[in-house]
Amino acid sequence: MTHSSSALPPDPLLQETLAPTPAERLRRRVAGHKGLLFGGVVLGLLTIVALFAPLIAPHDPYAQNLMGRMQPPVFLDGTWEHILGTDHLGRDYLSRLIYGARISLLIGTVAALISGTIGTILGVSAGYFGGRVDAVVTFLINVRLALPVVLVALAVVALLGGSLTVVICVLGFLLWDRFAVVMRTSTLQVRNRDYVTAAQAIGGSTPRVILSEIMPNILNNLIVVITLEMAHAILLEAVLSFLGLGVQPPTPSWGLMVAEGKNMMLFEPWLVLIPGAVLFVLVLAINLLGDGLRDVTAPEGRN
Amino acid sequence: MNSPDTPILELRDVTKTYTVKQGLFGKSKPLTALNGISLQLNRSDVLGLVGESGCGKSTMAKILLGLEAPTSGQVLVDGKPIGGENRLELARRIQPIFQDPYSSLNPRKSIEDIIALPLRVHHIGDEASRLKKVRDILDVVGLPSRVLTNYPSQMSGGQRQRVAIARALVMRPEIVICDEPTSALDVSVQSQILNLLGELRREFNLTYLFISHDLAVVEHLATRVAVMYLGQVVEENSVEGMFVQTRHPYSKALLESVLTPEPGLGVPDTHLGMAYPNPIEPPSGCHFHPRCAAVSEICKQQAPRTQLTTYGRIKCHLHDETVQAKLVQA
Repeated sequence: MTHSSSALPPDPLLQETLAPTPAERLRRRVAGHKGLLFGGVVLGLLTIVALFAPLIAPHDPYAQNLMGRMQPPVFLDGTWEHILGTDHLGRDYLSRLIYGARISLLIGTVAALISGTIGTILGVSAGYFGGRVDAVVTFLINVRLALPVVLVALAVVALLGGSLTVVICVLGFLLWDRFAVVMRTSTLQVRNRDYVTAAQAIGGSTPRVILSEIMPNILNNLIVVITLEMAHAILLEAVLSFLGLGVQPPTPSWGLMVAEGKNMMLFEPWLVLIPGAVLFVLVLAINLLGDGLRDVTAPEGRN
Repeated sequence: MNSPDTPILELRDVTKTYTVKQGLFGKSKPLTALNGISLQLNRSDVLGLVGESGCGKSTMAKILLGLEAPTSGQVLVDGKPIGGENRLELARRIQPIFQDPYSSLNPRKSIEDIIALPLRVHHIGDEASRLKKVRDILDVVGLPSRVLTNYPSQMSGGQRQRVAIARALVMRPEIVICDEPTSALDVSVQSQILNLLGELRREFNLTYLFISHDLAVVEHLATRVAVMYLGQVVEENSVEGMFVQTRHPYSKALLESVLTPEPGLGVPDTHLGMAYPNPIEPPSGCHFHPRCAAVSEICKQQAPRTQLTTYGRIKCHLHDETVQAKLVQA
């Protein structure tokens, strides 16, 4: 008997009649969602690679070897010594890709956290308090939407000089608009539900009502926007680095690798294609994860 | 100490006005949701508050719960006016039960968390004594304690409404504002919840303000009835007086609108004809005159006064003796 510890086996009828808990239903939907699983696995693998880069990378990403420049990758008759070949300074391409994952994920995560914090505070207060607060926040959102991100980023980087910190801060302070819009709408939808009124009638303070009644019910939207903005920030970093205004050499960044390879693009296309492909896969994985999270957390919103 | 005949809840000339903007560049206009409401509830009374959608019932519930402040007038609990500073004390004495149990329970919280929330907010007892209180109140509302770990989505409408009642009663309030507590439930469940509310009232000596548009429910549970129309109380009476000797034409129309299960009768004709008026531009004179079956010239020009009589209150020219006497003379 497997149920030797309990006197009675669990009543199968009771097990079936009781609907699953929200957590259990979520688990079932996650298990049945291929896009979510693919995105999650790819993102998970890349995160592990980024975290353990020093252990995984076969070479020092900064070590130059001017005698062995632009060796082709192994599938283009290269050697197993440099699996993905070497760049124009003879640095191991695979090692630079692995260290580049750190930069991309770091920028994506931190920028999304900064912008998420700003946008959530603005959006939730606008939705909850309404009136003047809402008017001010809506104005701020409109102002922000009128600013072209790349141009502002270019101007700031030109003033302050390009560095990892500057890029993260610029993206963090520029990408909060979608958070604010989504959080504002979600709060508006939730704030007039009776359980919020009940918590207010009980005497719950405003922070308590927001944190324990409203936030748990709009968290799924927040998570989805975080993934989308992460992908957005990673792409923008690549754009800025490509333009020479983002991460500065010799730091390995995927956008920078594309930029460095572009002069040789006609002769050695893999210099551009490999970092481009990795960037594509990372952004695709994050977007699939975000879409999947939206599908499984808010099934009523799926078309 | 208050004298025993101090009403536990009293509204004195309570008026609530909202400012409504029509369109982006439209002018702001006042919307009078409550217009000079005066009501008294004695301990263990059940005041049934009836009226159509939009007559101000829910605004009144919000004011009584302290969620909104009246524009003018006073709300007194036990003879003391309620204000901003004693918000928590008010919450301990007045609790709401809402209409829709599907929206009144936070879907992300377990039943235990939902019912224990009032105790946590008011810092009553420690974890263990709170859990005991929650179990006790679950027993009172007729739910098994194994539902404690359930989520609202795992329960039926009737069970959810019991949870909502448990949450309202866990702090042992004196007054419960029931905002149509049965209208979202199946008919078979409605009577269970109503009987439960009746039993709880006797057990805990509760005072109910029972907002409803179902007159059968009101007749079953209420001791007094107030009929509201466009932010005003047009008639107030004991439940016997109201149902036996209805006086105000609007109350009569409401009573005639009750559906009966008898076949062949069809849908009753209430003579109410036109739709509910726009509350931003209420009709002149008596607000009810465009829909009144017994309308006369004076109703269009002059608002009726509220008359206090031995049986209750009425606001209608038909039942105003001085007005009627003048009409006879003319």
